[in-house]
Amino acid sequence: MVITDETIDYVGILAKLELSDEEKEQAKKDMSNMLDYVGKLDELDTDDVEAMSHAFPVSNVFREDVVTNGDDRDNMLANAPEERNGCYDVPKTFD
Amino acid sequence: MEKTYETVIGLEVHVELATKTKIFCGCSTEFGGEPNTHTCPVCTGMPGSLPVLNKAVLEKAVAVGLATNCNITGKGKFDRKNYFYPDNPQNYQISQLYFPICRDGKVEIEVDGEKKYVRIHEIHMEEDAGKLVHDSFTDTSLVDYNRSGVPLIEIVSEPDMRSAEEVIAYLDKLRLIIQYLGASDCKLNEGSMRADVNLSIREAGTEEFGTRTEMKNLNSFKAIARAIENERERQIDIIESGEKVIQETRRWDDEKGYSYAMRSKEDAQDYRYFPDPDLVPIIVDDEFLDTIKRRQPELRDEKRIRYKEEFSIPDYDIDIITNSKKMADIFEETIALGAEPKKVSNWLMVETMRLMKEHDKDADDISFSAKNLAKIIEMVDKKVINGSVAKEVFEKVFTDDIEPESYVEENGLRTVNDEGALTKTIEEIVAANPKSVEDYKSGKEKAIGFLVGQTMKAMKGKADPGEVNRILKEILSK
Amino acid sequence: MDLMSLTAVELGQKIKNKEVTVKEAVEESLRRIDALEKDINSFVTVDKEGALKQAEEVQKKIDSGELTGPLAGVPVAIKDNMCTKGLLTTCSSKILGNFVPTYTATAVEKLKEAGAVIIGKTNMDEFAMGSTSETSYYGATKNPWDKDRVPGGSSGGSAAAVAAEEVPYALGSDTGGSIRQPASFCGVTGIKPTYGRVSRYGLIAYGSSLDQIGPIAKDVRDCATILEIICQHDDKDSTSYKDAASDFTSALVDDVKGMKIGIPSDYFAEGIDPEVKEAVLAAAKVLEEKGAIVEEFSLGMVDYAIPAYYIIASAEASSNLERFDGVKYGYRTADYTDLHNMYKKTRSEGFGAEVKRRIMLGSFVLSSGYYDAYYVKALKTKALIKKAFDDAFARYDVILGPVAPTTALKCGESLSDPIKMYLGDIYTVSVNLAGLPGISLPCGYDKNGLPIGLQLLGQTFDEKSILRAAYAYEQSRSYKRSPIAERGL
Repeated sequence: MVITDETIDYVGILAKLELSDEEKEQAKKDMSNMLDYVGKLDELDTDDVEAMSHAFPVSNVFREDVVTNGDDRDNMLANAPEERNGCYDVPKTFD
Repeated sequence: MEKTYETVIGLEVHVELATKTKIFCGCSTEFGGEPNTHTCPVCTGMPGSLPVLNKAVLEKAVAVGLATNCNITGKGKFDRKNYFYPDNPQNYQISQLYFPICRDGKVEIEVDGEKKYVRIHEIHMEEDAGKLVHDSFTDTSLVDYNRSGVPLIEIVSEPDMRSAEEVIAYLDKLRLIIQYLGASDCKLNEGSMRADVNLSIREAGTEEFGTRTEMKNLNSFKAIARAIENERERQIDIIESGEKVIQETRRWDDEKGYSYAMRSKEDAQDYRYFPDPDLVPIIVDDEFLDTIKRRQPELRDEKRIRYKEEFSIPDYDIDIITNSKKMADIFEETIALGAEPKKVSNWLMVETMRLMKEHDKDADDISFSAKNLAKIIEMVDKKVINGSVAKEVFEKVFTDDIEPESYVEENGLRTVNDEGALTKTIEEIVAANPKSVEDYKSGKEKAIGFLVGQTMKAMKGKADPGEVNRILKEILSK
Repeated sequence: MDLMSLTAVELGQKIKNKEVTVKEAVEESLRRIDALEKDINSFVTVDKEGALKQAEEVQKKIDSGELTGPLAGVPVAIKDNMCTKGLLTTCSSKILGNFVPTYTATAVEKLKEAGAVIIGKTNMDEFAMGSTSETSYYGATKNPWDKDRVPGGSSGGSAAAVAAEEVPYALGSDTGGSIRQPASFCGVTGIKPTYGRVSRYGLIAYGSSLDQIGPIAKDVRDCATILEIICQHDDKDSTSYKDAASDFTSALVDDVKGMKIGIPSDYFAEGIDPEVKEAVLAAAKVLEEKGAIVEEFSLGMVDYAIPAYYIIASAEASSNLERFDGVKYGYRTADYTDLHNMYKKTRSEGFGAEVKRRIMLGSFVLSSGYYDAYYVKALKTKALIKKAFDDAFARYDVILGPVAPTTALKCGESLSDPIKMYLGDIYTVSVNLAGLPGISLPCGYDKNGLPIGLQLLGQTFDEKSILRAAYAYEQSRSYKRSPIAERGL
């Protein structure tokens, strides 16, 4: 499968990665090779197979509606690259 | 000839569920905390943290699904919706795409006496985002994750509505159902109920749908109505000028009265949904369904029928009272305390409505207790206070929920039932107003009203007007 | 005495018997780390101060009888993708270069409750993506058997730290072989438990449906003992198994009479190093001589495991790693023009090449129009692989094979060709896809003296069968120390 510049740019927008021209060329090659390789799965007839998310069945795992967490704001905010007024500070957003 | 267009509207309604804790962690959902004080590793997307579903969220979602005639999905799953935005700490939102918990429901609405169904495509559970506030000092945005992870259901309708009136009727119907279930308080202005409007137009009589847009940021019924009208006009203009409507998300600015596209080149709108491997399937079996069904409270339509049979009050009153779960609850509780239904309904329809208007409050905001209303009715029945004193006391009950009996005692508002004292006062009034007495005796029946008023005034309002009337007539006929 | 040459259980026994204090054990570990790190680089963070403080506290609890477990007071190293409260946790990435978690991963918490002393955090492939431990932002880890060779990965730091006798045991994590393969390359023993056995809470996710924490140690008894501590149900992990706890050490009996062992002939087809093949088949012979019924069979689906694995793992990783965005923790680029520019620069500067490669691939296979063709197809393949194993386990108690096609590779050898590196995972990834338990233990040495690993696989939640087979096999040979450990300081 040939990966175009447009595809790499598009995936870059989805993944929030900015690649240099050199990296882009490499990424095109890598992704193309990889997609060709994983294309091997097309050999398999999976029409009647159900997609499996977890390898064995577990269901209905719940918590009760009870408050268990206290306030650990200061410790958590200590990790923030930018912090202001008890909030995480980020470049201006537009709605 | 000018073409006529039909507006086709579908709604995506987000409702914040009234649970104590968030959907995937044990943080409180309470409003008003300092920023980021109701957060933990899970709802701030800390590395290594994992979600565990709050059972109450599932129960409430299923309850809403049952009340809106949905099929409950036997095996529900959660999916990740991937997009980068700072209010979304993991940069994916846990939602349901492939196996939503409820599907294929419908609710009946009524506009101008015409009934119709609006079909519900699905109801799914998801997590709310945090709050972004612009800081003008630094020209940056500040993120508060207190709301991050608050449980939501999204109710997606089919494109079955054709006017703003139908949209509002549908929203009102949903609001009532959900409030009656106790699943949410559904306040549009506070954001616990939010509606996105999908709208397209087509030439009247055609079957095919036009290209739709999605309108966000609609915070009141008025805004919804205005935005629908505005968007309809905008799309008609586009089509009539020979261009094509673009499928996009738009944001309504209610102050300016227009909408604008929320597009950016960094926003691919490709959410790469896939099953969240951190959560396991939800199997809803008959036992679970039965439990929820058993707990299902009486909804509005059932209440209306019962009120008519049980209390024989007018349909109009029933409509007003049941239009708010709060009002209906007070109504029933007051009756349960022994008050006569007609009288309770009267207090709600007249005085309560008047005070709501005066204080600019919704029915959902009323906060007085049934016990105190019942007490006022009882005191009037027993002639402990008269009607006008009762109104005065009720106003205090409405605003501050005071205890009526002690309030009446402390303020000396009890009706004077001492016939001797009353007679003495009336005799004085009669003596002091010969002109009115003259008028009355010469056939001007109205004049007695003035004398009653004077007596009430002299008694500082604490007399029973009926009694005053009786004694006065007795004296005047002598 | 050389305390770090002991197994974890032996050292625990000596501490219990008051022959050794916790402080002595910790100091010995720190001394060796000090001396060897420049050659091995198995640690990202060594918590000297914290370890000595813990030593004191743990000693008190041992003395008061509060702590009586077999590993009380024994030092341990934790792979740097498990959160440790107050202690730097980097995933060997620049993007988490300053991240100090506010909570501790459940598995680590269980060890601490049992009296383990956390010495530090071990190096790894960045975000566990790799098989060589060369993609770490903090420099490659070297193999204690040969410094020119890789220790395997991604838990290369944990395996090397044990092989170099810097610590008696360590925790690793395994998404596609990341415990078993480095254990094999470093001549130590490691277990990837059944998915759901060990809580993933606090494990920084790579492929959430595949990740599992497990022990790396010198022998099977150590591994079983560690499992008894870390395998417990956790309410904080929805995928945690209800009956996660078990008496694993009861399986340590030298008796495989009647045990049915299957050898997948497809594991010995092409690409396998003849010396590896020979050593693994010789191990099978040992078990047969001890009374096991050993039989070759065709497992099937082997060639499809790696493609399915890379689609699933990359897709999940692309989503799991979205949270590293310069907003809440970790690295943020110095200069940016707006929000999206900040995201892009932060992530492009913060992630290494292999991580970016997998994020790109994962984002692509989930993107509109490709989801069914790639992701759903991979999940269906996963179902077929699981079925192939189910069929095999209907006939066999244990499946026996190699861990990797080769012994430890030369440094830098595989980085140039990603697909070639991925092919090295051919015997390990299917186990993660099927959620099965697998153990890797030494079974011989090649002509360069490098360790060869034997892999034993069991049905889901049947760790006991593989522990029993591994233990029985282990009785036939003795532990061989790595040259660097042998040499002494």
